Amino acid sequence: MLKEKQESESSNLYGLTRREWLKATGKLGAAAAIGSFGKPLFSKVFAAEPIKIGHITPRTGFLGQIGAYAVMGVQLAVEEANARGGVLGRPIEVVYEDSVNPGTAVQKARKLIEKDKVVALVGEISSASTLAIGEVAQEAGIPFINTGANSDEIRGTKCHRYVFSTEGSNTMYVNAIGQWLIKNQKFSKWYFLTADYAFGHDLYRVSKKLLLEHGGTELGNDMIPTNTPDYSPYILKLKSVNPDLLFLNLAGVDQTTFLKQYKEFGAPFETAGGVMDTVQFWAAGPDAITGVWPSLWYHGIDVPAAKEFTARFMKKFEKPPDNQAWSDYVAMQIILQAIEKTGGTQSKDLVKFLESGVEFEIYKGRPGKFREWDHQLMQPLYVVKVKPKAQMKDPWDIFEVLEEIPGKNESLETIMMKKEEGCKLEPL
Amino acid sequence: MLWEYIANGLVVGTLYVIVALGLSIIFGMIGVINFAHGAFYALGAYFAVQLQHALGFTGVLIISPLIVAILGMLIEVLFLRRLYSGDPLLGLLFTFGLAMVIEQLIRIIWGPSGYPFDIPKALFGAVPIGPFIYSKYRLFTLICTATIIVGLWWFLEKTRYGTIIRAGTRDPEMVRMLGIGLNSIFTLVFGLGIALAALAGVLSAPLAGVQPAMGNEIATAAFVVVTIGGLGSFWGAIVAGLLVGEIVTLSIRFWPPGAQASMYILMAIILLTRPHGLLGERWEKFE
Repeated sequence: MLKEKQESESSNLYGLTRREWLKATGKLGAAAAIGSFGKPLFSKVFAAEPIKIGHITPRTGFLGQIGAYAVMGVQLAVEEANARGGVLGRPIEVVYEDSVNPGTAVQKARKLIEKDKVVALVGEISSASTLAIGEVAQEAGIPFINTGANSDEIRGTKCHRYVFSTEGSNTMYVNAIGQWLIKNQKFSKWYFLTADYAFGHDLYRVSKKLLLEHGGTELGNDMIPTNTPDYSPYILKLKSVNPDLLFLNLAGVDQTTFLKQYKEFGAPFETAGGVMDTVQFWAAGPDAITGVWPSLWYHGIDVPAAKEFTARFMKKFEKPPDNQAWSDYVAMQIILQAIEKTGGTQSKDLVKFLESGVEFEIYKGRPGKFREWDHQLMQPLYVVKVKPKAQMKDPWDIFEVLEEIPGKNESLETIMMKKEEGCKLEPL
Repeated sequence: MLWEYIANGLVVGTLYVIVALGLSIIFGMIGVINFAHGAFYALGAYFAVQLQHALGFTGVLIISPLIVAILGMLIEVLFLRRLYSGDPLLGLLFTFGLAMVIEQLIRIIWGPSGYPFDIPKALFGAVPIGPFIYSKYRLFTLICTATIIVGLWWFLEKTRYGTIIRAGTRDPEMVRMLGIGLNSIFTLVFGLGIALAALAGVLSAPLAGVQPAMGNEIATAAFVVVTIGGLGSFWGAIVAGLLVGEIVTLSIRFWPPGAQASMYILMAIILLTRPHGLLGERWEKFE
């Protein structure tokens, strides 16, 4: 008995029996054989090597809802590109990764660059993760288009030669809503509610500056932890302060949860905010939303190209694109165009092409281009206002577009960050 | 003005109470730390979203916790029951895994985006109560939760089942020796605890919206409440839940930077001065 047991144990010393060992070896040999002979033969004859692009964005956690739209935008762009025969005769392949948090984002970005050998990275929403991925991209010399992170530092003190942004900066958003507020003379007594992390603090800094510059008074500001489920104490406090305008520096679920509970208490004050994500507003529902907001892109804008893009998107996904889907779609088209025009995937050529001032179709009625010295996509933003419920034609029809800012004949520079704010790009 | 905050703290607190009571009952009776409590809370809200058109808000308020309770009881019978005899850590690990499975299932079935959940028409808006104006819906939740707490108290104190549960909580072996089978009682208790979580999920859906990770925040708070109140203590959970509601609300008024930390500070103070919690007693089985 004892002897038998010992024997069976010794044969399992490495967790394998002899037979299994042989089987495994055989499979490995076969795989190696196919790998060394088969692959080049087949792939050269039947298909050109695909061009790989890495898409990295949060798909779980509090930004996951927005990340889902980012993925849809990329899927549509790639499907359309491949339907046209790919780029340079090669198919496009996207490797998707969930960035989760800044720590994981760095690992996944490295994996995409080193293991998957992607030629460019596209994506992100979180500013913290974007800064982290930007470092990796710069170090590896791989272009990275930030499609969803707003913090000014990404285009300011922490800008990089290999990092480009299709997403607007906090300064752009605040200036856009600010220009509208100036025109409508809303600068008086404000109260701020601010998300208590890097993004919110940055937005608060910019929006407070705007208010004070125009002679307004700050009645107060509350820093609100992310994922706060109950805002009633803040609303009660607000009522005792009695501001003329409530300015929100919140984002994501927090923003819509707040708005919903704010309406529940009768939404007593006029409301505007620094940043708005359409997806969250759709999710909150028409009863829960209110206020005047800046928008990067909205499917209801009166631009023929935007309407066509919306129609293509709806055909595939049965819902309209939001600002995030737009940004990832546009970024994908831009990087593919860069590969096409430079005739290859050399990253230095791609960077030179992107910063050369070449104009891209961005479905906004006028073309966009990256500003040479900070790599921010120059583009107009929109000021939108939540419609009365009775005027909404479908669940996605929630905004009235009040204004395009800067106006059609004004320079796009008027809303952008100034050169003094610190971006110094590395030499290529 | 202060009264407004205190009243609001009460409303916030009662939701904590409901979630914490479920957690406390399950732990007291079965000895399982239910890490999936927040996931069942979210599930309650999702079933409510799914069924609200067919059943209306009053309907889902009853049906959704019921469905979730049945699901919970099935899970208890099929899996959890097998772990009672082993290391207590097994139950904890199982429910921890279960929480992730449920959250991912929610993402697969309903998608990662949130759902709107409107406050019922009749309860929308604010009403004046004495000197201040308050949200109608929050008053409604206060009435609901108060009713549930009273009902639960009556069930545990005044019915035969309640007596068995309380006895089984303290000394399951003695109850078995008296010839009372505890298996079905365990199932019932797990179902009841889960139903409370799901009910809180439905009640908070119109306030905070419905999304896959909605249960995480409240589950953490519920653990804190149970710790403050004393493990397995009914009145402890109630007192601690209301206390946490008040402290969170009042700290936002007087010391906003500490709002998030305030309940943990309270927990630390309580643990230092009364290691068994406010109303917790020394229980042999927990020592």
